[in-house]
Amino acid sequence: MSVQDYIRERFFPHIWCPGCGHGTVLNNLVRAVETLGLDKNEIVMVSGIGCSSRIAGYLDFHTLHTLHGRALAFATGVKLSRPELNVIVPMGDGDALAIGGNHFIHAARRNINITAIVMNNRIYGMTGGQFSPLSGEATTATTAPFGTIDPDFDTVALATAAGASYVARTTTYHVQEIRKRIAEAIVHPGFAVVEVMSQCPTYFGRKNKQGDAVEMLRRYKEGTVPLDKQPADPEKIPRGVFVQRERPEYCKRYEHLVQAAMTDGAALT
Amino acid sequence: MTAKTTKFVQGNEACVEGALYAGLDFFAGYPITPSTEIMELLARRLPANGGKFIQMEDEIASMCAVIGASLTGRKVLTATSGPGFSLKQEALGFAVMAEIPCVIVNVQRGGPSTGNPTHVAQGDVNQARWGTHGDHAIVALTASNHQDVFAMTVEAFNIAETYRTPVILLLDEVVGHMRERLTVPEAGAIPLVERLRTSVRKGVDYHPYLPRDDGRLPMSDFGGVHRYNVTGLFHDMWGFPSDNPGVVHGLIRHLMDKIENNAHRLAHYKTYHLQDAETVLISYGSAARSALHVTENLRARGERIGLMELQTLWPFPAEQVARECGHAKQVVVVEMNTGHMCQMVRAALGPPARVFLANRMDGVLITPTDIKAHLRLIAGRGV
Repeated sequence: MSVQDYIRERFFPHIWCPGCGHGTVLNNLVRAVETLGLDKNEIVMVSGIGCSSRIAGYLDFHTLHTLHGRALAFATGVKLSRPELNVIVPMGDGDALAIGGNHFIHAARRNINITAIVMNNRIYGMTGGQFSPLSGEATTATTAPFGTIDPDFDTVALATAAGASYVARTTTYHVQEIRKRIAEAIVHPGFAVVEVMSQCPTYFGRKNKQGDAVEMLRRYKEGTVPLDKQPADPEKIPRGVFVQRERPEYCKRYEHLVQAAMTDGAALT
Repeated sequence: MTAKTTKFVQGNEACVEGALYAGLDFFAGYPITPSTEIMELLARRLPANGGKFIQMEDEIASMCAVIGASLTGRKVLTATSGPGFSLKQEALGFAVMAEIPCVIVNVQRGGPSTGNPTHVAQGDVNQARWGTHGDHAIVALTASNHQDVFAMTVEAFNIAETYRTPVILLLDEVVGHMRERLTVPEAGAIPLVERLRTSVRKGVDYHPYLPRDDGRLPMSDFGGVHRYNVTGLFHDMWGFPSDNPGVVHGLIRHLMDKIENNAHRLAHYKTYHLQDAETVLISYGSAARSALHVTENLRARGERIGLMELQTLWPFPAEQVARECGHAKQVVVVEMNTGHMCQMVRAALGPPARVFLANRMDGVLITPTDIKAHLRLIAGRGV
């Protein structure tokens, strides 16, 4: 199949600004699905609110465009109900880790087999350039005209501590990595987090004098380093697979619980 | 559950029995007094039936999870009380907008805020109607005894599945925690509604949000052969976002009309001694138990008094109230709030009807003595 076979062309053109990184994520998400040879009927994509969330509508899967921050909660209902479906949840940084932070850590704690993609552009784009919990200190935004005093989360460390069993980071400059990481995350039997640093030239770039999309991509190229090379380059942001571990998966555990409950069922009514 | 059984249970358990009878197979919730027993019982019963149960991280997540599960074809329930009901409102609006069948139980306690967690109130009636933002229609049912809790729970599922809408079951602390007899009928004794599913075959264009002439929308389960978009934005017949004024107006009208135009089908109530009643009590939930006691007691003394017990609160059964109370000299609404239903009754009857409120809102169940004191005041006989 070609990439077009995964896209709802009826709903184009998309809403993203010229130079936005989210289209790169969409492209490589589709290619990851194609590489894995998944049936479109077996994929449910659940998103929240924001620029990132629109990715769901453009794709020819079962798509559920929900509430700000709540995508993982809806997705948990879908997945527990139908564990055989592949559930993919694209989220923005504010969506996943500000308003949705509670659902993020609890989905990770349960290790439910969902693929979470955090499209991190360090800004609220849809509402016009406010800082997010991933903006970092001294970032300029419409709600931080004097620079943020808010420290940022490290998505990888947070996901790891909360219990995610696959955690990776890449950027929109490293397109082959996006495809590979998303494919690995989908196949991984547990809660998988892929953080994709994605440029927002319209708001983050402009407010923080980071140049246009090309310049921002150059920063991703020069400002990040593969995980194994980071010790020699501690100033740069590491990319790669940080966590890949075996933990009991939630829906599998629920199956065992059902078997136990059915065995003891008579005693329980 | 095939044979008829009789049990001595709490109202919350009657609700669980009703939900399982109706075919509930997915529950998500979060502990909150006084509804927690519903969740505790389902934690045992659902897995033993092969159903799904999950304790979520908060009230919001519980509401979201049941909506997700409903889209995959399950009959879903969540249960809560005041503060949790407030938290669920945004997702409840999503279920209205995206037309996802689901049932939400609110075992009411005193509010606002943390309020009076272990005591009774009926202060969430208007919140059930208008708790989520924006114009919308909603269905809310209630019950005063365990047999009716069972019946109304089954009805809540049937309405949710028929009209693709969230249905709120407004119980209260007294009904939820009180114990009395419940007879669970044999399977098949109460008809159950399964949601309409599309007959459109694979490969043929399916329009998930194109209503039939009767306003109903045949669904296709997530994971099936039809892939479509579901959103909380205003959307066209494909479920794709639209801000076209015609689409927006059409969808608001559809969401209102599918409920309001069927108000007569949704109106459940019971009447006691209304034929010649000069004084009509209107009540619901646990307050109706005291109102019924007063009615029977004063009737035995020859007073022309009757009771209309509402079981459907929303859509408000205005026509039915006008019909049943049209000839009364006075109507007294008995409820445990500042007059949520009283306001609706006044609007339904219009001037010069004499409509009075007999209420109590201190966390104590309104008693027959309280109601009689109100009646004496109304009659000008002092307290």
